[in-house]
Amino acid sequence: MTTKTLIRSLAMAAALAAAPAMAQTPVKIGLVTTLSGPGGYIGADIRDGFQIAIDMEGGRLGGIPVQLLVEDDGFNPGKGKQVVEKFLKTERIKLVTGIVFSNIAGAAVPDVLDEGAIYVSPNAGPSNFAGKECHKNYFVVSWQNDSLHESAGKAVQDLGYKRAFILAPNYQAGRDALTGFKRFFKGEIAGEVYTRLDQTDYAAEMAQIRAANPDVVFQFHPGGLGITFLRQYQQAGLAGAIPMVVAAPSMDLTTMNSVGDSAVGVRLTSHWFHDFDNPTSKKFVEEFQKKFNRLPTFYASQSFDTALAIGAALKGTNGNVNNTDAFRTAMLKAEFQSVRGPFRFGPNQHPIQDWWAGEIVRGPDGKPMMKSGARVMSNHGDAYAADCKL
Amino acid sequence: MTLVLEQLLNGVQLGVMLFMLAAGLTLIFGIMGVINLAHGSLFMVGAYAAAVTAAQTGSFLLALVAGLAAAGVLGMVIEFVVLRRLYARDHLDQVLATFGLILFFNQSIILIFGRQPMFVNIPPAFQGAVELLPGVPYPIYRLVIIAVGILVALGLWVLITRTRIGMLVRAGATNREMVRALGVDIRLLYTVVFGLGALLAGLAGIMAGPLTSVQVGMGEQILILTFVVVVIGGIGSVRGAVFGALLVGVVDTMLRAFLPGFLRTMMAGSEADALGAGLSSMGVYLLMALVLLLRPKGLFPAHG
Repeated sequence: MTTKTLIRSLAMAAALAAAPAMAQTPVKIGLVTTLSGPGGYIGADIRDGFQIAIDMEGGRLGGIPVQLLVEDDGFNPGKGKQVVEKFLKTERIKLVTGIVFSNIAGAAVPDVLDEGAIYVSPNAGPSNFAGKECHKNYFVVSWQNDSLHESAGKAVQDLGYKRAFILAPNYQAGRDALTGFKRFFKGEIAGEVYTRLDQTDYAAEMAQIRAANPDVVFQFHPGGLGITFLRQYQQAGLAGAIPMVVAAPSMDLTTMNSVGDSAVGVRLTSHWFHDFDNPTSKKFVEEFQKKFNRLPTFYASQSFDTALAIGAALKGTNGNVNNTDAFRTAMLKAEFQSVRGPFRFGPNQHPIQDWWAGEIVRGPDGKPMMKSGARVMSNHGDAYAADCKL
Repeated sequence: MTLVLEQLLNGVQLGVMLFMLAAGLTLIFGIMGVINLAHGSLFMVGAYAAAVTAAQTGSFLLALVAGLAAAGVLGMVIEFVVLRRLYARDHLDQVLATFGLILFFNQSIILIFGRQPMFVNIPPAFQGAVELLPGVPYPIYRLVIIAVGILVALGLWVLITRTRIGMLVRAGATNREMVRALGVDIRLLYTVVFGLGALLAGLAGIMAGPLTSVQVGMGEQILILTFVVVVIGGIGSVRGAVFGALLVGVVDTMLRAFLPGFLRTMMAGSEADALGAGLSSMGVYLLMALVLLLRPKGLFPAHG
């Protein structure tokens, strides 16, 4: 898949070079993402979402010809670092994007910034880069990690649940998830359980949930973990009995399709749903479906927005990425139509945006279907912005 | 109280699963003197064969047959092609070769089925839950796993204590050289034992499929616990595997379920969580260390 995209990008670049009218050399953009491992589908959506934005403009972003280079980080921070090194030193790329996982971002992003290049995140938004260690060349278009779970906490609060049972794997993002949730959920915590990151059987946790008999369950188990968790939640007979609210990464379209009926009734919060009724979003979903024959996940939408944000900045600087200060000024204006609707950058160059509720319902064809609901939070930033001095 | 009972059942169910893996591993180790790291791969292959068959035909019975056949046949092929050349070598060579097999099987599965995990539905007959006590529903499928485990244990007991081949197995576990000296075709015995071990690993994989996801590397996760069971139970002892597996399953589940809550009554929430999560994942290894300290040959040593 990687090679195919690469060849496609190269062919496009070649086509551009062949056209005599275009004197401008394309701006190179390096996209390093996770294409292998259980999270491989996330990277594929990030790659495809970005590509769609370029295709829709006929090989350009913001009117400036671009050349996209895609590389797999293999779900390995060391490999991610190597790829970034290659992008910066060999390819002389000044614009890097694409990383899915916070631990890989933690390893690779500092290299980009040290080199004086620009990083625009389409997904991972770890807390350490959002506060004191924020950087003028580091932009996040997706979200700060905590805000995903803060919106879920707020949603649970708004739904009027009093006692919540919360679970997450025992690692940094898992602990951040529960912290974020508790920041906005003011009710009683009926139980707080840290699972193992390599756990495959949640029978003990299911029994604990049943014994605690909470009003609601909040869990953060991304990717394959979440699929197993949801299936066992149903097998334990809890699916109909105790409602579940999760944040977007625990219930994307891929997860929903994998677990099938177990997903029905699960509520979630997200900053974007594929059924959003605004022109940019509709066009994006339509083009994505036409080209890839599947619905885009929210990961793809973030990547599409990232491409649009970069396009707006390229337009503002007339394609000059070497003057990073001018690029930053243009970038921060965020003069693009996000698929989410209102979007702007906060003081730490992370998004300020709305969060929405959603639910998995049974569609007309009997299969589970994701449906967006009411707004949960308006113009929500993050808790770390105050520590950022830029 | 009902929670304790439910967690006890969960522990027994994990124990039964571990027993099916450990029985094969301990026999292979005890009788053939081979450390087979690729035992987890047989678990994975059984699970994959069953998952694919179930997806194609929709029949759990066919899936069961396919999974058992795939694991059993593959086990005998591994013994015939790879391990037969390694009996005379030391353990390090065997570890290297079987570790190589793990990499080989994992990559083969990735090439054939990709990295996306597969999911198997619980067979319709075993779906749902029964109320063991009022207010304690327990999934039927997990009870079925426990029942299958008990049947396997009984079957192995009959096989080992009541049949001729069992006699050879016991003799082999006690003194390999003597059995060979007495003119028994030890090579055939080895292949049979390895095939039997592979069959049990495959069975465990098939049973695990509907509970967890069928994915690359699923064997290695459970293999580590299986080695703990073998060491605790005593190498080469099937009886040791039974009790070791139940002990590890129950202790692991109980610690995970109750230790964080217990610690929280004594100290601040976040510290209790961190300590509880850490201690409960260490628990079975501490148990192993304790057993080794008191009974260095395991609880039920096979060798005299």
